[in-house]
Amino acid sequence: MAEAKAERGAKAERPLSPHLQVYRLEINMVMSIIHRITGSALYFGTVIVACVLVAVATGAGTYDHVTGLLSTWLGQLVLLGYTWALLHHLAGGLRHFIWDTGHGFDLKTIDLLSWATLAFSVTGTLLVWGYALFYAGGAAP
Amino acid sequence: MTMRTPLKNVRYLGSAKEGTDHFWKQRVTGAANALLAAFAICLALSLIGADHATVKTTLAKPLVALPLLLFVVSASVHMRLGMQVVIEDYVHGEGAKIALVVANTFFAVAIGAAGVFSILKIAFGG
Repeated sequence: MAEAKAERGAKAERPLSPHLQVYRLEINMVMSIIHRITGSALYFGTVIVACVLVAVATGAGTYDHVTGLLSTWLGQLVLLGYTWALLHHLAGGLRHFIWDTGHGFDLKTIDLLSWATLAFSVTGTLLVWGYALFYAGGAAP
Repeated sequence: MTMRTPLKNVRYLGSAKEGTDHFWKQRVTGAANALLAAFAICLALSLIGADHATVKTTLAKPLVALPLLLFVVSASVHMRLGMQVVIEDYVHGEGAKIALVVANTFFAVAIGAAGVFSILKIAFGG
């Protein structure tokens, strides 16, 4: 019984149930994956937020040290990514609030909401960093 | 034929005895985070390039410290729930799963406590 099963499993070309690598990429699916990735990134990024708050509470020396690290090009890159992740996850969450009401499940609206999520996060990031770089004139957070 | 007992139907809490608790808390903290994140972004932008004394004075204001406190707490709860789902989706070994779910709670509580403690210290002096 076990033998026959193993042989069958090895030889037969069985149809696969649809999964991630079989589906054609849809914007809805990409946004869903990115929602999870940005959520996870924000999770670990909270270490930075906690570090800044602890640094403010500790004193000027520590604060200058932490903001100094965040002012390097790598620090700025991380903060840029964090801004986008935050705005994207926020927009994705709002999209899910709409779906939670049971509305917006026709294909057209799904696509529209998915693209809107991306548009919101990219535009928002550009606005925040545009303000930070050109109006506030600084580099540190 | 149904195997559900009448009591189970009344409670409607499912096999994990939690009902929609996880889902609902995720949504409530998510809604709070959306509002509080907008505040936090504006706060961060207003403090660009500010020195330590200025940042400390600003964060000590009640109307700044309070929403910031709420954000830290709400975000910690939200991220703990979210990461728990990720762990449960991808980690199938029972031992590793339990260990990671507990580590996830430790992490979320540590981040939340660090944030809350810092804000309180900034606000109340020292």
